[in-house]
Amino acid sequence: MAQTPYSQTGESSPQPSPGGMTGILRDWASDRQTFRQVPWGKVMMWVFLLSDTFIFGIFLLAYMTVRSSTPVPWPNPSEVFALEVAGQTLPLFLIAIMTFVLISSSGTMALAVRFAYARDRRNTALLLLATALLGATFVGMQAFEWSKLIAEGVRPWANPFGAPQFGSSFFMITGFHGFHVSVGVLFLLIITRKVLRGDFDLERRGFFTSRKGSYEQIETMGLYWHFVDLVWVFIFAFFYLW
Amino acid sequence: MTSHAQAQLHPIRIYLMIWALLFVLSLFSYLVDYFHVEGALRWSLIILLMLGKASLIVAVFMHMAWERLALVLVILLPPALLLMFVGMMVLQSDYTLAIRSAFFGTGL
Repeated sequence: MAQTPYSQTGESSPQPSPGGMTGILRDWASDRQTFRQVPWGKVMMWVFLLSDTFIFGIFLLAYMTVRSSTPVPWPNPSEVFALEVAGQTLPLFLIAIMTFVLISSSGTMALAVRFAYARDRRNTALLLLATALLGATFVGMQAFEWSKLIAEGVRPWANPFGAPQFGSSFFMITGFHGFHVSVGVLFLLIITRKVLRGDFDLERRGFFTSRKGSYEQIETMGLYWHFVDLVWVFIFAFFYLW
Repeated sequence: MTSHAQAQLHPIRIYLMIWALLFVLSLFSYLVDYFHVEGALRWSLIILLMLGKASLIVAVFMHMAWERLALVLVILLPPALLLMFVGMMVLQSDYTLAIRSAFFGTGL
């Protein structure tokens, strides 16, 4: 594939894009690259995230359907996920900590993107590493939660608390989300290594895509990571709080 | 530095503010459960806090507030189809529940 820099759009004078309907019409009707001045990788990541939105949306939809169509009482998540801390039973305690850990990782990721665009290599790498660590912490706590529930007898086909569909929904939704977080941690570590090595300053080509390294890739990585946090917001609301 | 990089170089203060706001909203949604808020108030609070957090993440952390409108619409409009699907499945599960109750008895 030809290596055309995506910032080059053929426009002689960079003018602020018109907003509103005029801007939309110009973007779609000018017979060239639609999202001008938006990096190619970023648009593709958004398209991927859109498809992922439908996957998670349909998981949550399936959960809604099985929950509202069973005459058997649904287990109370507030009690199922309660944790005993210092002799006191706290409802949803572990889930609350997991939520804060994931939001913190989203914050560090957002700052990493900010420092990446300021070409601050050291802070970018540190923040990316912090994001990966928080993500790994989240996955670890999820593993703990899974083991606890499995030990209590929760299975995809049955559980001691109520409707059997609870287990299948829980393992499917949180499992798929946890898998996304794990993959994200892996990619964060790869990107951190690239930052530390100076790939994005030297425009070193990637070993797989052979495209020039650019700090824009960190924003694309950030989109994925924030999406994982975004999905958790919906899981937290619909699965744990409802 | 490319024009795109300059366009996405926002003040750090914005990110820190949104970060703090997300913490506060998450704390509120946890408190909804902690204080056993029930009924319509519980559901509306859950939905409201969820949408608040989601829009902050998408708008600021994912930079949607600064993207071209053409891109914003391409990404944000299609998920609205899910709402139609939700409506269909609510009707379907009502029907399933009625059939199950009729055949297996409500005590199952």
